[in-house]
Amino acid sequence: MKSSAYSRSYRFLHYGLLAFYVIFALFPLYWLLKVSVTPNDLLYSEGIRLWPSRPSLAHYTFVLAHSDFPLFFKNSVIVSGSTAVLVTLVAALSGYAMSRFDFRGKMWLVGLMLVTQMFPLVMLVAPIFKLFSPLGLTNSLTGLVIVYTAFNVPFATFLMQSFFDGIPKDLEEAAMIDGASRFRAFQQIILPLTLPGVAATLGFVFTAAWSELLFALMLVSKAGASTFPVGLLSFVSKFSVDFGQMMAAGVLALIPACLFFLLIQRYLVQGLTAGAVKG
Amino acid sequence: MTTVPLYEESAHRKHTPWRRIMLAVEPYIYIAPSVLLITMIMLVPLVIGLSYAFRDIQLINPFSGGFIGLEHFRTLWTDAAFWHSMKNTLVWTFASVVLQFAFGLVLALLLNNPFPGRGIVQALVFLPWAVPTFLSGLNWAWLFNPVVGPLPHWMAALGILSAPENILSDPSLAMWGPIAANVWWGIPFFAITLLAALQSIPQDIYEAASIDGAGPWRRFTDITLPFLAPTIAITVLLRTVWIANFADLIIVMTNGGPADQTQIVSSYIFTQAFRRLDFGYASAVAMVLLILLLAYSFVIILLRQAMLKR
Repeated sequence: MKSSAYSRSYRFLHYGLLAFYVIFALFPLYWLLKVSVTPNDLLYSEGIRLWPSRPSLAHYTFVLAHSDFPLFFKNSVIVSGSTAVLVTLVAALSGYAMSRFDFRGKMWLVGLMLVTQMFPLVMLVAPIFKLFSPLGLTNSLTGLVIVYTAFNVPFATFLMQSFFDGIPKDLEEAAMIDGASRFRAFQQIILPLTLPGVAATLGFVFTAAWSELLFALMLVSKAGASTFPVGLLSFVSKFSVDFGQMMAAGVLALIPACLFFLLIQRYLVQGLTAGAVKG
Repeated sequence: MTTVPLYEESAHRKHTPWRRIMLAVEPYIYIAPSVLLITMIMLVPLVIGLSYAFRDIQLINPFSGGFIGLEHFRTLWTDAAFWHSMKNTLVWTFASVVLQFAFGLVLALLLNNPFPGRGIVQALVFLPWAVPTFLSGLNWAWLFNPVVGPLPHWMAALGILSAPENILSDPSLAMWGPIAANVWWGIPFFAITLLAALQSIPQDIYEAASIDGAGPWRRFTDITLPFLAPTIAITVLLRTVWIANFADLIIVMTNGGPADQTQIVSSYIFTQAFRRLDFGYASAVAMVLLILLLAYSFVIILLRQAMLKR
């Protein structure tokens, strides 16, 4: 009797706390959505109502048809997509090497990659700008892809390594005894088995590149090459009263990140631990 | 069983000298693209950046570029804004880490035991982590804005604020804006990491303990916490460095203002480089930050070594 009352109140507390977390996590995003569908004439009169009495998609139509946001969106997709693919290719190779080979200097490489995770990337803003501008890599999407690729390789390497570690070595050893080169064994046997890892890496890197702001601000100054964060921020500082439009644009920025999140959600617990705590 | 040595022998016999060289360099071929990228885009700029700290480099001044020795560091020593940003960095980092960790740990414990609907709840509470940082900054800035956001009105109704005003423009409260956004955004990271660690604790230990009469609190302090301790230590220490460097939310929400009350060292570096285009001074500040972080990381490595030995 006593234990069932205890377990009931425990369960009540458990669900209550979880409900608090769910509300806390979703409320800001809900509010973003709410303001984005509130017509301008209701914005001030219905300030803290939970849902506008007359929702409208006018802000979305405006943002999609009469602003530069579709261009920013396209730029961001190009930059994040290319970065994700490049990083995954490079990190699959180095992650495989870390998982399968013992080589001289391996400890140094691990150390190097850990250090890149620790030091303030913001201190590279100025020198990278100086190096890139004579090469024509400022105001260009290529420049951003190069920078983001380098920044994401260390984390992605640890991530891929953890997935390779989970695959028995016997598999490629058997293939190599049968005469396949190691690279063929890697490519045709091991890589297909790590597809979940590849998907997780693609997702992580895409989201990271999609969110990056400081280097995008520094390296790109013309609107045509702006990524979404830069575009949104300059919109905010220029038209700081068009809340509906800003938030409609914000919702658009959320879409690809959330899609990728849903895809990789299953691998999160496994992946993040491997990548982040290993060091 | 007996055929295995035979195979290995024949595999060894095929090793021509050329093949042996290939085998020796093979790992380096795999890591070459990574090493090349990291060197060219991170290490070379790092070294160049460190050299800027001793030069006068202002983008808008074509006559700058000369070697000026320790001049920047002398300026830095008397730069009140810099010292202020150091103090802000401590507040920002400490408050963010403690709150993210505390909320993250509770969330991980809540998610650890199976219950109906766990998958969907987990996806929902981890969602903020997928929100791009610039957007979570803007989103919270809007929530704190009395024109479109509910928070000032709610806080005024609860008596936390005397009037529904924007805390981001109140010098004494402004830092809590970016901290709130950071906590919201960062809880999932701790929850995910700690959840993974919790799930690696063998269940039979708990069963044995409850047979021996240990209550939930005893089980938590005597089993869960000691098992989690290494993960907690490493995650908290690494996250501290990461958050100390994390300038995005501040740049987006307050730009360091009002009156530099939310300027942390890394946002100060970015402001010097991006707005004032003073690359030399920015690099000098960056160098100080780097040295402090290196010292901190050294302590982490020592701690980790001590923990691994245990």
